[in-house]
Parts: sequence; C-alpha cells; structure tokens
Amino acid sequence: MRRSKSSSRPQFAGPGVTDANGPGVTDANGPGVTDANGPGVTDANGPGGAAGGRRRPRSVILPYLLVLPTLIFVAMFTIWPTISSLLGSFFLQRLNIAKYREPTFAGFANYATLFHDPTFYQVLGNTAFYVLGSVPVSIALGFLFALLINRRMRGIGLARLALFHPTVLPMVSVATVWLFLLTPDYGLFNSALSFIGYRGAQNWTGNPDLALLAIIFVAIWKNAGYYMIFYLAGLQSLPREVFEAARLDGAGALTTTRKITLPLLRRTSLFVTTIAFIGAFQSVDHVFVLTSGGPSNASNILLYYLWQVRFENLNVGVASALTIVLIALLLMFTVSNFLISERKGNLDG
Amino acid sequence: MAEASVRSVRGRSTGFRSVSAGRFAPRHAVGRLVLAVIIGAIALVWAAPVIWAICASLRPFEYPLGSGNIWFSHRLTLANFAKVGSLAPFGHYFVNTVVVVVMTLAVQIVTSTMAAFAFANYRFRGDRLLFQIILIQMMIPTAALLVPNFATIRLLGIYNTRLAIAIPFFGSAFGTFLIRQAFLGVPRSLVDAGIIDGCSWWQLLTHIYLPPSLAALTAFGISSVSFHWNDFLWPLIITSSDQSRTLTAGLVRFTQLGEIGAQWQYLTAATLIVAGPLFVVFLIFQKSFIESFVHSGIK
Repeated sequence: MRRSKSSSRPQFAGPGVTDANGPGVTDANGPGVTDANGPGVTDANGPGGAAGGRRRPRSVILPYLLVLPTLIFVAMFTIWPTISSLLGSFFLQRLNIAKYREPTFAGFANYATLFHDPTFYQVLGNTAFYVLGSVPVSIALGFLFALLINRRMRGIGLARLALFHPTVLPMVSVATVWLFLLTPDYGLFNSALSFIGYRGAQNWTGNPDLALLAIIFVAIWKNAGYYMIFYLAGLQSLPREVFEAARLDGAGALTTTRKITLPLLRRTSLFVTTIAFIGAFQSVDHVFVLTSGGPSNASNILLYYLWQVRFENLNVGVASALTIVLIALLLMFTVSNFLISERKGNLDG
Repeated sequence: MAEASVRSVRGRSTGFRSVSAGRFAPRHAVGRLVLAVIIGAIALVWAAPVIWAICASLRPFEYPLGSGNIWFSHRLTLANFAKVGSLAPFGHYFVNTVVVVVMTLAVQIVTSTMAAFAFANYRFRGDRLLFQIILIQMMIPTAALLVPNFATIRLLGIYNTRLAIAIPFFGSAFGTFLIRQAFLGVPRSLVDAGIIDGCSWWQLLTHIYLPPSLAALTAFGISSVSFHWNDFLWPLIITSSDQSRTLTAGLVRFTQLGEIGAQWQYLTAATLIVAGPLFVVFLIFQKSFIESFVHSGIK
C-alpha cells in the first residue's frame, strides 16, 4: 500500500524508496528492469494485484477496445519493425546498386559481411570504450555530487541547478557549445586544461586518439547531473538512525559512505546503471555535431554506424543486421541487470 | 546543524527534504567553509559552458572570439539572434517542434490512460499477455528501430511530415505502465463505491481513477515533452525540408551551413534558440521537472 501510494505521487522518494523498504519491492527499480519482469511482479506487490484479492470486474469487449490504440501503435512501430529487421537481415538490398535495389534472399550473407568488416569491429570496440568510459564516470560523479549537495546551505539550490541543468538541454545544443569548448588554443576546455598543466594535443575532435574521448566528456557533462537526482532521492530515503549510530561509533565520512551509504543505495545504483547503459547505446546526437564518427571512424559508435550504413551507404540489408545486433546488445543489458537485481534481492531475503 | 533540525519539518512533496546529520557534514566552521568552496567551484565549472554560451551569443559580431577575452566584450547585442533568424527559419522550426511535442503528448495521454484503465480496472482474457507485449517497447527503444520505421513511414506515404516525427511514439508502454501503477494505487473501496453509485466506465475513469493520479500524468507529461523537444536522430532522418524540420534537426543543418563555420556568436545564438524555450519552462517549474525525472526515470 505504502509503495503504490508513493508511485502515484512524484516525490523525492523515487527509486531510493526501495532501499528503505527493503527487498521484494521490485517495480521501483524502474521500467527498464520491471518490464523484463512482466506484470506478475507488480501484481504480487501492488494492492490491486491478484494476490491482494482485488476484484476486478470482468468485461467482454470494452477493455480490448481501450487497449487497442496502444497495441496498434506498439505493433506497428516496435513489434513489426523488430520482426521486419530480422527478416530484412537475411536479404541483400542496396539502394545504390541497380541489381540489388529489390531485396533478394541471401541467408546469412549480411551477417557474414558484418563479421568480415574491420570497421564493424572498430565500431564495436569504440562502442565498448564509449559505454565503459562514460557510464561509470557519470554515475560516480552523480553519486559524488549527490553526497555533496545533500545538505542545507545557502545557495545549494543554485548548485543543484548548475549540476542538473545539462539534463534538460538537447544533446545537439550541448554538443554545439562543446564544439567551441574543445576548439584548439582558445577553447574554454583547452584553456582550463593548460591552466592545470596539460600540454598534450588540443585538437580533440580532429585527432583520432582524442575524438572518442571528446564524445565521452560531453556525455559525462550531460548525464552526471541526471544520475545525481536519483542518488539524491535515494540518500533522502535512508534511515537516519544508522548514520547516528555510525557517528557515535566514531566512523568517518569516508567509512560511512563506503560501508553504509553505498550498500544501502545498491538498488538505486542498479537502476541508474540500467538506464545509463541503455541510454548510452541510444545517444549519438553529439557524434553528429562533433566528429561525424571520424576521423577515420575513430569515434564511430554503433547507432551512428547503423545510420551511416543505411542512409549514406544505402545498404538496407546490412543495416537490418546491425539493427538486430543493437537490439541483441540492449536486451542483453536489460536482462542481465534484471538477473543481478533478482539475485541481490534473494540475498537480502 | 541546529538550523537543519529546526527547518526539517517540510511537506513531503515540496522537494528535497532536510538532511540528516552524519553524512559528509563537518561540525566545524572551517570544514563547512571548505566544503562550501568545493561545492561552489564544482558548480561553477559545471555551469561554465552554458554561461559562456550566453555571453558569446550576446557578443557583437565585430569582436571575434579567437583573440583576447572569450567571456566579455565592450558591449552586448541581440543582433546575433536576428541574424541567425534570417539565415535559417528558426521560427518555423519552433512551430514544428511545438506541434510535434503537443501532438505526441496529447495522443500518448489518451492512448496510455485508456490502456492503463483497462489493465487496472478489468480482468479479461489475455490481459497479462497484452500488457507484456506492450512492455516490449521499453526493452527495445524506438531509437534502435530507425531503419524499419523509416520504411514504414515511406510505406504510409507520410515521409517529411510532422505526423511522421510523432507517430512512432503514439503508443507508449512507459506511459501505460506509469499510469497503470497510479491507477492501482486508487483504493478499491472508492472504485466499489463508484460502481454501487452506478458510475459508467467513463465516470469511473474521470471521477475515481484520474483525480488522484494527476501527479503521475504530470510526471509522464514532463518527461515526454523533454524527450521529444530534445530528440534529434529520428526527426533528422524522417524530414527532408524546412517545412517539417524541428529545432534540433534545424540546428545541426545550420551548423553545417558553409557560411557559418566557426562563427561562435551565431552558433551560440542558434543553440540558445533551440534549447531556450524548454529551458525557461524548466527554470520556472524546476521542482516539478526534477520530481518528474526522478519519478519517471526515463529521458
């Protein structure tokens, strides 16, 4: 009852609530995790679930009519596209070659092309580097920011605004501003770096060794504040007594954070990690503005490559195969995070 | 910390609650000062890009950024915004963006509320299966499906229209999920009372289910508007002319115009035109925005 009330009213108890409520409350883990779970879990927890004995009226036709519009759009733009990508990935179709304009069945030829394509491996490597470079740092910064900002102090609202505001800016705007920040010689980022003693290369977007890093920096700046608010909500739902006890025992701030705060915020971390990973695979707007995937594919990541193959190389077949690869990766992350949360939940119990 | 305990009694929905002692809370004045300086410095570093962008957009074009002070100039001007407006139809992009965002949200609210009501209020054959089918949308994000969706849009004959930008999002698994959760929180006794009073399904929905669920709808609305205002890749590939282009797609085209190059005053002015409207709304309703983002946990 308590939980479902909180979910009907947005307050600063978001995903953090779970930690206070303990295990078994699964749906606050957020959409990414819960949906793997299906409605069964929510029902079991929710007051209106079958377990709670909610008497829901039986009706013959009306509920189907109510569900129909959503179902039609989901079928048209999620279910069917997934199936048609799978089918399309078995057909050769290249719009810029007359012979292959119409799709012809080719078995696994598109996948073979992909797995013999050095660029594909480069892109996969870049994607892994991008995701593993941006996600953990953004989350760690988000947690640190939350710790710092979780206090009463004059002007703390302004500080929160400063850290959070990139979240509501369009990624393309952010990237355009960073285009200047990363400019050699007089760009703000380079000025700041040389101020702290950096003497290395400055052409961030044009240097193959730096381009991917530039993309990562932008992602970190944009996302850290977003993850911060989940930790902030989590921190504020923690029981105070534990911290009082720790202080009486003479535990320092670092020990308290490591031994008490972080473990208690495990579920928040899992939730944030899930949305961060899924988000990282979906966001390529800054690649368009800053590097166009270059130089020589040094900053080309999966979704951008997918766009290139389809709309620049006009290779529909290989693009379909890439879509399937992308979907497989996304599902892998969602499902494995769900499994981890289940295991953690069992340990709690 | 005395101040904190005095002011700790605040309403639950008014935002961040007061903070308990013990977490990174120095007891000495010096420690507090050091902490304040650290927080201030980080905040300043984080805000610097946008502050700079605002400064640059107001900088007269005669003072290029390549030389000297990159922050301040002798005078300020709004001429860059006018010039940008003459180089590309940003007014038109703005209208397109508003149309797309409003159309998307309006349809989403209706479809999601209907579906959520069905799943929360009725038991029907296959309800679980249908719910799970809809939830697939949360596991396979629409962004990943741009290739097949592009083909569908061509097939429907609506390529390069505002409808094409919005239509893939008309059915929202996330909205259905969020609103259903809110509906399940409505006390059953209230629903039963409504049924006994002879409410039709429509009255049940509008009088019993919706009033206590408005917060969830707001949260969904804010996250939907933010997402679609800022979305770029889909509007980019599904439009081919200024007629239907949105602000984000227009901005990227603008940055690639030959005559723009590294003219930062124009670039920053254009950037602010694109980000500005939503950002101003965010500044006004900051608390609702942050609460909604936490509540919905999705961009």
